[in-house]
Amino acid sequence: MFKTKSGKEIFIVDGHTHFWDGSPENQSNVHGKQFIDCFYAYHTNLSPPEQLWEKARFEKYSEDDVYRDLFIDGPDDVAIIQSTYLRDFYKNGFSSIERSTSMASRHPERFIVNGSFDPRDGEKALEYIHYMKENFDIQGVKMYTAEWNGESKGWALNDPAAYKCFELCDKLGIKNIHVHKGPTIIPLNKDAFDVHDVDHAATDFQNLNWIIEHCGLPRLDDFCWIATQETNVYAGLAVAMPFIFSRPRYFGEVMAELLWWIGEDKILFGSDYAIWTPQWLVEQFWEYQIPEDISAERSGVQLTDEIKEKILGLNAAILYDIDVEAKKKQLSGAPVQIAAE
Amino acid sequence: MFLKFQETELVAEIWDCLEHVTDPELDEPVTDMGFVEKISVDQQDNRVEVEFRLPTYWCSPNFAFLMAFDIHNAVSRLPWVTGVGVTLNDHCFADRVNEGVNGGRNFASVFSEFCEGENLDAVRLKFLEKAYMRRQEVMLLALKAKGYPAAEIIGMTLEGFDAVKFCDPVSAKEKPRYRSLLMSRGLAESPSDPAFPTWKGERLTEGELGDYMARLRGVRINMEFNGALCRGLQSTRYKEVEIGKDGPGLIDFIQNRVPPRDVDRNPLATT
Repeated sequence: MFKTKSGKEIFIVDGHTHFWDGSPENQSNVHGKQFIDCFYAYHTNLSPPEQLWEKARFEKYSEDDVYRDLFIDGPDDVAIIQSTYLRDFYKNGFSSIERSTSMASRHPERFIVNGSFDPRDGEKALEYIHYMKENFDIQGVKMYTAEWNGESKGWALNDPAAYKCFELCDKLGIKNIHVHKGPTIIPLNKDAFDVHDVDHAATDFQNLNWIIEHCGLPRLDDFCWIATQETNVYAGLAVAMPFIFSRPRYFGEVMAELLWWIGEDKILFGSDYAIWTPQWLVEQFWEYQIPEDISAERSGVQLTDEIKEKILGLNAAILYDIDVEAKKKQLSGAPVQIAAE
Repeated sequence: MFLKFQETELVAEIWDCLEHVTDPELDEPVTDMGFVEKISVDQQDNRVEVEFRLPTYWCSPNFAFLMAFDIHNAVSRLPWVTGVGVTLNDHCFADRVNEGVNGGRNFASVFSEFCEGENLDAVRLKFLEKAYMRRQEVMLLALKAKGYPAAEIIGMTLEGFDAVKFCDPVSAKEKPRYRSLLMSRGLAESPSDPAFPTWKGERLTEGELGDYMARLRGVRINMEFNGALCRGLQSTRYKEVEIGKDGPGLIDFIQNRVPPRDVDRNPLATT
């Protein structure tokens, strides 16, 4: 719960968080080292100086860290934990559903753990989707189209093998498909910036919600165009958020484009924890206004309190069937405890 | 001592020529971005070695190839240079880039082989278009800020554009860069040609300017996202660079990698 200066309580769903293990013990090779190093560079460069972590903690943080950073020090009511395997880089996966679920089981009312699969695994991917549904009752998945898999350095949402997986997701009621479309952690033979596969997949799977993380930056214009055509495409703000501190005008331009094109009901907050922690992001977001001249270029769109509330939690609550009033009641009955250190 | 001095002169000349090599995605000189880490000249045979590094291990291989080729081409053009070696360090495709740029093969075929059959010239042209739009937006925004009405902006000739003085550093820096693309692409050649054609050489009408500016803004928002990340990431990565055993060279000083002398570290200095 985030409390504004005037005392209003704002319900926060953090749509994009991780519980990863990028430590040297879990790295399979230099790629694993370089991957977490790159994340750490994002962290060190786009965080306010007082929010910086030691490298070792960043590589592998504890269950207590997650709980404190998100719910005690942080304003989150519910956090969606994404799974990312990167099996070619990490021995036990970068952030596996098993490890995240075990962490979340201490406070199940606060976490939604999403799965992940790789359509290039063919039949095994389908079996794995069944496994995740049966064992973890997942509502969503995180897709990482730039992931390496043997000789393949990436895939597209509209590959035939991917369609088979989405058909199964649709059938099993796994309806929230988060897709990483953002800064490249590189595939050679795919243009990972390209968002056009979203257009095909969203058209062909109308029952599924397509949440495009990092809102397609650096292809914001293409993304906006597609998202405007499709009613089931959403923008996740992870990675765009921290620009609020380092480049506030730029953040304003991105928000103006998103509000103008796809509208206030389809934008979701995400801290991308542990790259950034939600407290400072939410505090700054609540105080933020799009600069007048930028807003004027887009018919005066602005981040009003009402719109901010939608972005910070209410929009995601609809996608994840969270009854906000009931959840508030449940959480007030189980107050945040100070985790044993 | 003389040889050392002479080498510094030659390195400076190479540095100057690398200022015209840009990161294709950011449209910023590789020198300004701090990518070039080391330049050495073998004065026995005038062979040049250039080492560069990108902000992350994962930067797009397409861009890495383009920059490696452009560095190679730019240095090769200096009349006294007899051979060039270009090395990309710490990158997921470093081996392939280094083999491709130094292997003596045609760059277009190397690029096509390693980058999914992509056409080198077509990729270059795509990025040149983005660079054009970005430079043009800077100039259009600067004119707007100066109070020029839309009709006057779209009607402005090259001669009229040349006469405008821009005081802010960003516009002042961008003006010659925009102009050079106008000329090199043949988009404006004589003083009476319009100064703000589209990339396809079309003239804008007053009514179209608003939508056109929104498109330019879109291109900039995309490019700037990578630019901001790159600049940030690069600033951490380059702190790891170590000064060579021969002491700091010209590039170390330009890149601000030479630590200030710290008297406090030497207890003898204070007692």
